[in-house]
Amino acid sequence: MTFLDYAPAPESTALLNLQPEYGLFIAGEFSPAGGESFTTISPATEKPIARIAHADAGDVDRAVAAARKAYDKTWSRLSGRDRGKYLFRIARLVQERARELAVAESLDNGKPIKESRDVDIPLVAAWFFYYAGWADKLDHAGLGANPRALGVAAQVIPWNFPLLMLAWKIAPALAAGNTVVLKPAETTPLTALLFAEIVQQADLPAGVVNIVTGAGETGRALVNHPDVNKVAFTGSTAVGREIARSTAGSGKKVTLELGGKAANIVFDDAPIDQAIEGIVNGIFFNQGHVCCAGSRLLVQESIHDDVVARLKVRLETLRVGDPLDKNTDVGAINSAEQLARIRELSDIGEAEGAERWSPACSLPDQGFWFAPTIFTNVSTSHRIAREEIFGPVLSVLSFRTPAEAVAKANNTPYGLSAGIWSDKGSRILAVADKLRAGVIWANTFNRFDPASPFGGYKESGYGREGGRHGLAAYLRGAK
Amino acid sequence: MTIDRVVSPAHRAIEVLGDEPTESTLKRYLDGIPGVDGVGLEQRAAALGTRSIKTTSKAWALDRIIGLIDLTTLEGADTPGKVRSLVAKAILPDPADPTTPQVAAVCVYGDMVPFAVEALGAAHTTGSGEGIQVAAVATAFPSGRASLRVKLADTADAVAAGADEIDMVIDRGAFLSGRYGEVFDEIVAVKEACRRADGSSAHLKVILETGELSTYDNVRRASWLAILAGGDFIKTSTGKVAPAATLPVTLSMLEVVRDWHRLTGERIGVKPAGGIRSSKDAIKYLVTVAETVGEEWLRPELFRFGASSLLNDVLLQRQKLHSGHYSGADYVTID
Amino acid sequence: MTHIAVPKTYKLFIGGAFPRSESGRVYEVTTPRGVFLANAAQASRKDARDAVVAARAAVGGWAGATAYNRGQVLYRVAEVLEGRRTQFEDEIVRQEGVSVSAARAQVDEAIDRWVWYAGWADKFAQVAGNANPVAGPYFNLSVPEPTGVVAIVAPQDSSLLGLVSAVAPALVPGNAVVVVASERHPLSAITLAEVFATSDLPKGVVNVLTGSPAEIAPWLASHADVNALDLVGASGLEWIDLEIAAAETLKRVLPPEEGPDAAAPALARIQALTETKTVWHTKAML
Repeated sequence: MTFLDYAPAPESTALLNLQPEYGLFIAGEFSPAGGESFTTISPATEKPIARIAHADAGDVDRAVAAARKAYDKTWSRLSGRDRGKYLFRIARLVQERARELAVAESLDNGKPIKESRDVDIPLVAAWFFYYAGWADKLDHAGLGANPRALGVAAQVIPWNFPLLMLAWKIAPALAAGNTVVLKPAETTPLTALLFAEIVQQADLPAGVVNIVTGAGETGRALVNHPDVNKVAFTGSTAVGREIARSTAGSGKKVTLELGGKAANIVFDDAPIDQAIEGIVNGIFFNQGHVCCAGSRLLVQESIHDDVVARLKVRLETLRVGDPLDKNTDVGAINSAEQLARIRELSDIGEAEGAERWSPACSLPDQGFWFAPTIFTNVSTSHRIAREEIFGPVLSVLSFRTPAEAVAKANNTPYGLSAGIWSDKGSRILAVADKLRAGVIWANTFNRFDPASPFGGYKESGYGREGGRHGLAAYLRGAK
Repeated sequence: MTIDRVVSPAHRAIEVLGDEPTESTLKRYLDGIPGVDGVGLEQRAAALGTRSIKTTSKAWALDRIIGLIDLTTLEGADTPGKVRSLVAKAILPDPADPTTPQVAAVCVYGDMVPFAVEALGAAHTTGSGEGIQVAAVATAFPSGRASLRVKLADTADAVAAGADEIDMVIDRGAFLSGRYGEVFDEIVAVKEACRRADGSSAHLKVILETGELSTYDNVRRASWLAILAGGDFIKTSTGKVAPAATLPVTLSMLEVVRDWHRLTGERIGVKPAGGIRSSKDAIKYLVTVAETVGEEWLRPELFRFGASSLLNDVLLQRQKLHSGHYSGADYVTID
Repeated sequence: MTHIAVPKTYKLFIGGAFPRSESGRVYEVTTPRGVFLANAAQASRKDARDAVVAARAAVGGWAGATAYNRGQVLYRVAEVLEGRRTQFEDEIVRQEGVSVSAARAQVDEAIDRWVWYAGWADKFAQVAGNANPVAGPYFNLSVPEPTGVVAIVAPQDSSLLGLVSAVAPALVPGNAVVVVASERHPLSAITLAEVFATSDLPKGVVNVLTGSPAEIAPWLASHADVNALDLVGASGLEWIDLEIAAAETLKRVLPPEEGPDAAAPALARIQALTETKTVWHTKAML
């Protein structure tokens, strides 16, 4: 044995109390759905976890009606102070059940337990705490005095941060006085359903939060429902585009948080060890299933070889495997479909002439796995430098001058995030000014906070989540 | 322990600097080293600290920690009796369990070296790597505020009395005011003073006193400087200044050691000292070493803990692991 | 002695120049009673394309200018506008068929509104931005930035005030604009372009197209190098189709507005054409 083959340190699943079957959460109750139910599996083992209800158009209608009724009869009549107290309750309940939620998240999503435990779930609680305090301070949201809620919010979230995306959606919506119908992703419904139990424990008025599970058509029915006033979507640019089309002229206020192909720019004066960590965190955090992932590494030519060499050494220490092992750094790919997409684009990268490298790591036989991968000799015209792979795949490009770095970084239809690594403050600020992206991390990467607005430029979507801006997305001025 | 290098420290510095080590060449070189972002460094250290070391890994780690300890007493109140007691503990850390490994070294003030050597007797290293080393702090430890002549005499005295290892302190005042050449020359001179009559040399650990250097950039520069000047080990602290060893500081020193190895193929040791009291903390250091420079560094030639109370906590954990029950303070000995 | 008037040729305003439509087309601009006033250029899709190119070329410099400088330049526009007020009043009277006092009131309001927006240039970021108290050792700041190239369908019922109300807020944060003027009342737009040309506004920052919004707007809505589409004056068009076309590249779209409050002066109009950029930077003593 070598010390680095750390003995297994599995997180116990004993604290989970899952139901074999989950209904839709509408008007405060779980109820059966019209559609054929489906199974949610663990992507690490392909073993079934639970049967999940599939909401059809009628169910969506029922959920929107429940949300409308709750909005008209209770939630819009409640004071901000009281709404806030419900949100504080939810925040506390999330903290109380944090470990259980983390285990469920890792089980259903495939992400390492250390990430669900140390990042996702703490941020979920933080998000509810942050927005709870806003509920009775809406006059300061930037829309003048007495801003009004929009009404019923339709919210569709992705599978990469299931419960965290739920929190990003529900916390500001409720604080602003809206009621919601939320659809979790097809492959990761579990924690949203546990959240429904938390909503019950918090004694939130029935219908304020409704959760409808299902697939693409469920989301479509929800977004296009005529009695919805607000649409908030996080997911692919393709679906975002479809939503922008289908809601055109509807008067629905729309927030879209879509794809990205973030540049992570490393200058020759970068704090090199931290930059290496930032590169690793930027693309391998959450298996690269991150819309703001630093998937394009732009390295100054003079340090390119050194950075790549250091990066390779570092990747050898990444531990890929059981998401529930506390020492796992990279977990399972969320679905067979996503795995196929990552494989396809990586193969294309190779075919286009980029040089592919992965550390030696043995992958489990069952489940969906993809070894951390870096591509060098990548050109800006390669598909792996332009398309969002949404997996643990890094494309390395180089630049010679700051101006070239900025030009290459901006040369994409996306504009969600970017990273800058340098010891020179004035250059960081100037480059940050010129980057066309909504979130810029300087000498850090993939940091999130409820107080910090998040969202993109260009085809990465519009609207912001987080902070005062994220609250304003659920309000309109009094006029 | 004796390390005979093919090239002298001066040659090593010339190779890396590309020039004679002078105030200006050293300054130019050290100022050219990439900076450290403290936030990122601390986050990386914290992340390494979350590794969960269980069962067989933990058993291995606990035994290994014991074997890496420089069991230390550095009090004004030290006496031959106290040192004898420390040595007894070093030889037989847990009287109830003879399978317990011995510590790497005992670390004492220079005037206590003869008593330590005498108490160790047959347990004292023979120079082949077996047995317990005697480490002596020298060079007007802990402040280092004495003339070079006194520091060299301090060193030579300890070596002559049988010290296998010398833990010197750098002149932090000179370092902080940018007189890198002065610090360099002093290390070179102390290294020379470690030489024995037979041509072999006591092992030199260079204490940076990172708590006084204050910034990670300084720690990194001082680490390079100490290695360039011929230090066999770089050590965080005297234990007399707070903060003593921290995980981020040790990580940044390990990164220098890793880079030095990449550059020259040479392996330099690292010794965090002071403030590491629990097995849990010590395991974090093992993880940090293994994942930064590699597992091969987890041997006493390349890694040490400067500690006193750590040993007993490790023994308690060890007893728990073997018996399945929690142990108590009365079941380990005080030294 | 009589003076035979020298009428103005109303052309387009693209990249700081006054070209005719590349299509060679013009259309008649008349009073409400049908009396001929002028032949305005009828812009084509290629004119729209050229205008977008000019705007894209201009946006970097305008967005990169200091906020103080943008404020000064915009204020200068108001000064020149004031100096030409009789020409605007005259054109409004003739185009809209309103009284001189009504025309005067419209020019007054247009000038005042322009000054109001000019004053926001070096202030709105303080109102729209934030220092964010994140839970960690980071300096974290959110600042608004211009969206980029903004295409505007100007209010169709107003000659000058509607145009000013739509263009000024887009310019404040540093956007470059392609505006399709009121089809019926395009003369003030071209005269305003002359104001732009003689102020210190860099060329290409505003580009004015006259002609048929129904013809031109779809090309702007679908243009991949346009970042935002302000449909404030598009209620008479198939504007939902325009919004659908704009969805292809996820443009920011502002809906049509009608009635007396259409395009009312508001900070929200400035903010709607900005992006919030949030910058995190590590903070460490050590």
